[in-house]
Amino acid sequence: MEASPDYAVQMHGILKTFGNFTALDHVDLDVKKQTVHAILGENGAGKTTLMNILYGLYQADEGEIFMGGQKVSITNPTEAIKHGIGMVHQHFMLVENFTVTENIILGDEVCGAAGILDMRKAREEVMALVNEYGFDVDPDAKIEDITVGMQQRVEILKALYRGAEVLILDEPTAVLTPQEIEKLIEIMHDLIAKGKTIIIITHKLKEIMQSADECSIIRRGVYMGTVDVKNSNETELASKMVGRNVNLTVEKTPAKPGNVVLSIKGLTVKDERGIEQVRGLNLDVRSGEIVGIAGIDGNGQQELVDAITNLVKAESGTITLNGKELQNTTPRNTFEMGVATIPSDRHRWGLVLPFSVSENTVLERHVDKEFGSGITLDYDKLRDYTTELIKQFDIRPAGSENERMSGLSGGNQQKAIIARMVSSKPDLLIAFQPTRGLDVGAIEFVHKTLIAERDRGAAILLISFELDEVMDVSDTIAVIYHGQITGTFAQGTVDENQLGLLMAGGEAK
Amino acid sequence: MSKLEKFLRGRFAAALVAILVGFAVAAVVLTAAGFNPAASFAALFQGALGKPKYIANVIIKATPILLTGVGVAFAFQTGLFNIGAEGQYILGTIIATIVGVKCNFPAIIQVPLVVLSGVAGGALLGAFIGFLKAKFGIHEVITSIMTNWIMLYLCNFVVSTETFHKPNSTSALPVNPSSFTMILPNWKKSEAGKAFLANIPWLREVMLKTDVNFGFLIAVLVAVFAGFLLSRTKLGYELRAVGYNKDAARFSGISVDRSIVLCMLISGSFCGLAGALNITGISPHTIGTLAAMEGYGFNGLSVAFIAGCSTVGCIPASLLFAGLIYGGMTVQQVMGAPSDIINIMIGTIVFFIALPGVTPLLADMLAKKRKEQESIRVSKDGTPLPEKEV
Amino acid sequence: MLSKLILLIGITLMYSTPLIFGAIGGVISERSGVTNIGIEGTMVIGAVAAASASYFTGNPWIAFLVAGICGGLVALLHAVASVTFAADQTVSGVAINLLAPGLALFACRRFFDGAAMSPIVTKLPKVFGNSWMSGTVWSNLNVNVTTVIALLLTIVTWFVLYRTKWGLRVRAVGEHPAAADTLGIDVYKVRYACVILSGVCAGFGGASMTIAIISQFTQTAISGHGFIAMAAVIFGKWTPFGAYGACLLFGATQALTVLLGGGVAPIPSQILAMLPYAMTIIVLILFVGRSVAPKADGVPYIKGSR
Repeated sequence: MEASPDYAVQMHGILKTFGNFTALDHVDLDVKKQTVHAILGENGAGKTTLMNILYGLYQADEGEIFMGGQKVSITNPTEAIKHGIGMVHQHFMLVENFTVTENIILGDEVCGAAGILDMRKAREEVMALVNEYGFDVDPDAKIEDITVGMQQRVEILKALYRGAEVLILDEPTAVLTPQEIEKLIEIMHDLIAKGKTIIIITHKLKEIMQSADECSIIRRGVYMGTVDVKNSNETELASKMVGRNVNLTVEKTPAKPGNVVLSIKGLTVKDERGIEQVRGLNLDVRSGEIVGIAGIDGNGQQELVDAITNLVKAESGTITLNGKELQNTTPRNTFEMGVATIPSDRHRWGLVLPFSVSENTVLERHVDKEFGSGITLDYDKLRDYTTELIKQFDIRPAGSENERMSGLSGGNQQKAIIARMVSSKPDLLIAFQPTRGLDVGAIEFVHKTLIAERDRGAAILLISFELDEVMDVSDTIAVIYHGQITGTFAQGTVDENQLGLLMAGGEAK
Repeated sequence: MSKLEKFLRGRFAAALVAILVGFAVAAVVLTAAGFNPAASFAALFQGALGKPKYIANVIIKATPILLTGVGVAFAFQTGLFNIGAEGQYILGTIIATIVGVKCNFPAIIQVPLVVLSGVAGGALLGAFIGFLKAKFGIHEVITSIMTNWIMLYLCNFVVSTETFHKPNSTSALPVNPSSFTMILPNWKKSEAGKAFLANIPWLREVMLKTDVNFGFLIAVLVAVFAGFLLSRTKLGYELRAVGYNKDAARFSGISVDRSIVLCMLISGSFCGLAGALNITGISPHTIGTLAAMEGYGFNGLSVAFIAGCSTVGCIPASLLFAGLIYGGMTVQQVMGAPSDIINIMIGTIVFFIALPGVTPLLADMLAKKRKEQESIRVSKDGTPLPEKEV
Repeated sequence: MLSKLILLIGITLMYSTPLIFGAIGGVISERSGVTNIGIEGTMVIGAVAAASASYFTGNPWIAFLVAGICGGLVALLHAVASVTFAADQTVSGVAINLLAPGLALFACRRFFDGAAMSPIVTKLPKVFGNSWMSGTVWSNLNVNVTTVIALLLTIVTWFVLYRTKWGLRVRAVGEHPAAADTLGIDVYKVRYACVILSGVCAGFGGASMTIAIISQFTQTAISGHGFIAMAAVIFGKWTPFGAYGACLLFGATQALTVLLGGGVAPIPSQILAMLPYAMTIIVLILFVGRSVAPKADGVPYIKGSR
């Protein structure tokens, strides 16, 4: 396509390699002025890389960028900002202990003489923006004290403050409630009406259908074309994204719940700062059932898991497993009593990356007699055991027992954790954000494994910030808000609007 | 990947480059200060390897820094920085001296008693630092330095006490001779010994002119044992897991606090052993008033880094540094250049070891060059070559 | 009693001064996200540079500046390692602590005929002139001019950190470098500047020992002061005034050592000498858990790995 002034951004023939890995293989992107343009692709497809190039964080090996028909060269964020490009990253780029105003002016400060900050004038400028766009943001609040939705609006304000005409939003809905998503879409349309152009990176089809005018699709670094959203549908977009027909629903038989395995009563847990994050929480999980906890990040999910696994001590309340007290023992005893946990952050909690794959598979079980009787660890047995797990769970590449864990792909690392946890045949399997950052194929595998474990008779506690995942996989859906369970529903008896209201602290209709 | 590239990505290359840079920097400093670097280095090698007794002394010097090096390397593999090796070494010498002076059993009891009490001293101090880290989260580097100084003054205090002070000297009383760990100390001075040694001049020189002792053998065994402990036992597995990823270790049920204390205890015990063996193995077999740190701990640090924190790798590394330090004294005698040049050299070596990217960077440059050449080749015959794995 | 108190205050201010320079250096560096364990070695370099420059020029003010410049150069090494090469900052700092004393002694022996200490050199003046109230107890309050400079440095550092755009950027880089980067702030430049400045401060700290307190360079002129300063940074919660207060506390401990050492208490001098070090550990035990470091402190920033 020719460079044209009708287009806010045009990226032509973008090639980007990292070492021998080709992240973007001559990708094209043409974004019309005053439209919402979605970029769709799986995790790792290269959509964020493409936007980082537009924002000057990476340099393309080949290719050209045009803005309004003019060729531009963007080698760093400062130049991107000068060209009127603003970017809201998936993980917010906000300094937590700074105020909203400080975050907005950072790098483009309002100063008097000799670089001395004029905070009063800065605040006025921020307030003017807040009023112009009708955002509900307190300029004096510290970032760590405001909600995720508000933080996102601060990010948008940051871009507008710098005079952004083109706004890039990277996975903007990942952490929002359905109501907040609605509000965001409203804001987006408002911005378009005021003359801005928006590029939204996402892998969520529904939001594209709701918000975007056009959608460009990238699959494994290759541009798959642009579709007019009005004349398309979710199934078409999905198959273009993945490259095959995908089944968007999770298949499972009805649950056959048995006895109560995990029972939590009146649980209260404080975080490291001494603030109560779990406040008198009650929850039961039965064998043969998946209980999914829906909620926004930061409502006590982490502390709940930490308390069950005994990483932190609970302040009060009881946790029992099969009627036995589970509280205030060690993480090791928790595991030995039959609780296995897939952690939310696999690199932080789940794996020792410099260890080999086989060293990783026995992080809990290396003490077993099976792996050496005296003080020594039997590395031969360890390898054989791992070979078996690799086969059973189709961890790739095969024969990677002695490879470093860091060399495996994210999906295979997650498989390795799941293999390790499932192979202990736990009575209770906790899955905390088990599909974070995985592609469609790996997500399917994780969901199937959870359901298979349920059918084996384990109790499954699924905690996820992805509402769709909770709704699709769980037999029972519980909403967590402010450290309490504020509603429990059987699957299919509740819609996402009701859940969204509860997740935001409202009353279900 | 070419052989050179592969080599450059290895740990050995990093050590080699660092050593070369160390010599280069020393040469620059020497030249700037008006000394002839070539002659200085010649004096260095002459002083380290010129005579059998020099070599023996290098080995004797290597003993304590091998042990402190193993201690530091052991801790480092568990993610801890035992810069307190110096203090643990000093406490080892203090306790060994106290026990060696106060007790006087037959050698078969006395030697293990003295050595093990020194070990216990180092171990306890190490464990204390580990405990402060585990329980209160205090960075071990700061507590280590503080305990180093406290131990220095403790040493001076013990030397000054009436019970231990040797009159008209700046040192304490020597330990009882039953504590000694020299090789055949009495035989070599006996008539039979002298007669035997007279026929083998190099051995005679080594035996009679140096404090040749069992220390290095013990140190080598300890280095091998420490390596075994880390790589083949369940304890070592847990310690390494904690070192690489504390959170994941804790999550999987390994007690991080216990690991930290245990690791520092073991590390400290190696440093304490270094101190004890210096008391039992070499004269004056006692502690003296310290004006400044003796550097056994800090040199151990350098040994550990140049060895890439492999405990067995500490064996050659300790010999290298002992050679530099011992030979450095000759540089001062022959050339008049301050022997501190050796510390500059060692500091430079550690600094370049700390730069993780240097040798891989060279490898990257090679790889890039090769790719360019390949692409030229492609364009010449017109057919693209398949992408090679790097 | 009053005279004892005045003496205590005077000695406290005197001994805390080198610590304050070191600690302010630590605050500046760590606020930008770089741990500088090499403060100790940098102070040693400053100490020898000041004594030598004062000896050869006879002008202690020039010597003071020379010490700052030399400190900045040493810190530049640390900046190259920890910012450009993303090296382990602890290892790099330790390397500087190994390198610096060697370099200092080498220079000292070269300058002063093989001696491990310098001759007595010209000192910086006292704040009220060298003869004010001399002979009376009040002369103890006639502190070194460096003591005043240290206070001014603390105030200026506070002002820059909290009231100027440069300070806002430094703090942002120490908390969330990626955020700063996306707003066009050059994280590497900010960190280089801060690390070098921390070296300049540490160099001043070394000088304030050898050309203000004692009047020569000796091998033990700087003995753990840099590390005590680092502890003061933690105790002072990474703020300039907090660090200043912490240094006063450690200085007071040292003053107490001096006072008690004068035969007042029947405690052996070697045991008294342990006091500042033991105090540092005790203070850390009591306060470290309540102090939160800048989020990105000690973490190398690698572009693109966010």
